Amino acid sequence: MSLAFRAVYWREMVKFFRFKSVLFSSLIQPVMWLAFFGLAMSKSFDKLTSMIPSTPGVPTVDYLTYMGAGIIAMDVLFSSLFGGTTLLFDKKFSLLKETLASPISRINIVVGVGLSGMTKAFIQTAIIIVFGRFIGMNFFKGYDPIQTLVSVVGIFLLVGIFTLGFLFLSGSIAITVEQPEGMQSILTLLSMPLFFISNALYPVDAFPEILQFLSIFNPLTLLADGIRYFALGSNFSVMGGHYIYTTADIAMSFLGLVFFALTMLSVVLWRFNKVDI
Amino acid sequence: MTTNVIEVNNLEHKYGDLKAVDNISFTVKKGEIFSFLGPNGAGKSTVINILTTLRKIQKGEAKVNGYDVAKESKEVRKSIGIVFQMMCLDYEMTVFENLEYHGMIYSMAKEERRKRIDELIKLTELEAKRNVLAKDLSGGMKRRLELARGLMTRPAVLFLDEPTVGFDIQTRLRMWEYLRNVKKQGTTIFLTTHYMEEADQLSDRISIIDYGKIIVTGSALELKNQLGKDLIYLETSDNKAAADILRTLESVKGVNEDAKFLRVMLGVDVTHILPKIMDLIGQNGIEITTVNIKKPSMDDVFVHYTGHDLREGKPEEKHDESKTVEALR
Ligand SMILES: Nc1ncnc2c1ncn2[C@@H]1O[C@H](COP(=O)(O)OP(=O)(O)O)[C@@H](O)[C@H]1O
Ligand SMILES: [Mg+2]
Repeated sequence: MSLAFRAVYWREMVKFFRFKSVLFSSLIQPVMWLAFFGLAMSKSFDKLTSMIPSTPGVPTVDYLTYMGAGIIAMDVLFSSLFGGTTLLFDKKFSLLKETLASPISRINIVVGVGLSGMTKAFIQTAIIIVFGRFIGMNFFKGYDPIQTLVSVVGIFLLVGIFTLGFLFLSGSIAITVEQPEGMQSILTLLSMPLFFISNALYPVDAFPEILQFLSIFNPLTLLADGIRYFALGSNFSVMGGHYIYTTADIAMSFLGLVFFALTMLSVVLWRFNKVDI
Repeated sequence: MTTNVIEVNNLEHKYGDLKAVDNISFTVKKGEIFSFLGPNGAGKSTVINILTTLRKIQKGEAKVNGYDVAKESKEVRKSIGIVFQMMCLDYEMTVFENLEYHGMIYSMAKEERRKRIDELIKLTELEAKRNVLAKDLSGGMKRRLELARGLMTRPAVLFLDEPTVGFDIQTRLRMWEYLRNVKKQGTTIFLTTHYMEEADQLSDRISIIDYGKIIVTGSALELKNQLGKDLIYLETSDNKAAADILRTLESVKGVNEDAKFLRVMLGVDVTHILPKIMDLIGQNGIEITTVNIKKPSMDDVFVHYTGHDLREGKPEEKHDESKTVEALR
């Protein structure tokens, strides 16, 4: 790999800021998630669960704060899952040809696009954390500045790895299929189980066992868990459930996501090396 | 001393059963403009794609700038610039940004990049369009931008696959002017075209390619001279019989029978031989309806060597047994 991935990254970012509609919608999307979905859901959940006594001596977390972690995960999932579509259009309009004909290896394209997606995900994550404060999403409660900083770094690391994984997945599909419609339907199909078989928006305790088991391997669960560890602490209760995250859990999140991202990287490289021009 | 920038030996390429490139060999000398002239489907793009390492070489040997396309593809890629047959610019980026991206991909240092961009924008007369999105350029300007991009890295060889296809004559003439300037600056150019004038006006040497084979190679002048000093176009009441008669004359180098015309190639000046030809044909009871005299052009060269007219496609009945490719299409 050479520094040529910077060229790919630069091009993606120039276009991100150039298309005002894309820019605007990607900035407004997290706010919408929080404002509509977050507030609506948390009000009804809080009402339903207000009767349940919380575990004594354990800090209680309201549902909006619990779900905030999930909203970050959902938001970056969707933007990265659809992020590879740019490659489909590049291929369709033979834009990729110029890059594929150059002496650089194809990993540069993949990494450049991946890093640009990561940057966009960071912007969205920051928006959710900041905007969330205004509507009562209490991340980093009782943390000192150092703890807060460490937690923010931790969250961004997890989000970064997660985003790369899904961008690589999305890129592999984009480079393989011929039509945008095909890509659309595959992505919709993929997002369903990811979305529902995870603890992003609600605890999985009440799921059937098989779904609970599957949810452990869902990158979305790994990310939501990881963000909660950093944002809410390692010991809290929400909706009557008591959660303890151990160091092993957070290590699992990291390793699981790294494994996912590396697997997807090899898949996307394999697909890219098959591209003919 | 002249060195060969491109050397191709016994190159062959198949798509399934279709032999798109059939055992061709040629060399391109440093600093020259070399053209492949041939109709659509002749195999021109396939050869370009192999030389630019975009397509794996199947059989034969090819060297570009001294590097083997099979074993040293990375070095080959560093040595060349390409203008593809299909337009491929990033339409959502400006003229400057398209060039900047290309320079970055090839790891050019920033200062060098900027300097080169200025030079090329000047060469292709895009100064006023520097910060205009590529999608807002005219067709000719887009092609010029692609030319500029192909030259960004100061390549030893520039490949152009049908650079002016679909353009009006003014745009084409302008493109040729730019290409002559590029040549003056020392860049070797390999281009493909199916325009006679383009090959004729622009190239130092031309290979006529048809059905994957090189039929003949030479400068435009050499090729034309081989058809003799003058050409007579005759339309008669019995072309076939007239052709047979003319072939017996010593000063007639050759006769092509077209659908309507006889094309008579002469080894001597037309003014002395024409009366004799007219008489001879008349004596045999054949009526001459039209006579037309002209100097050989690239069109005539093409028809002479390939047996068909490039413009009118390829009439099926004119193929001999060596042109089996057509049957597979
Ligand atoms: N990717 C391909 N798969 C199958 N056949 C091809 C492919 N590319 C070109 N051909 C065929 O090979 C022949 C030569 O094509 P090409 O090199 O594109 O010719 P030209 O550039 O001279 O028009 C044509 O008959 C064409 O249909
Ligand atoms: Mg072609």
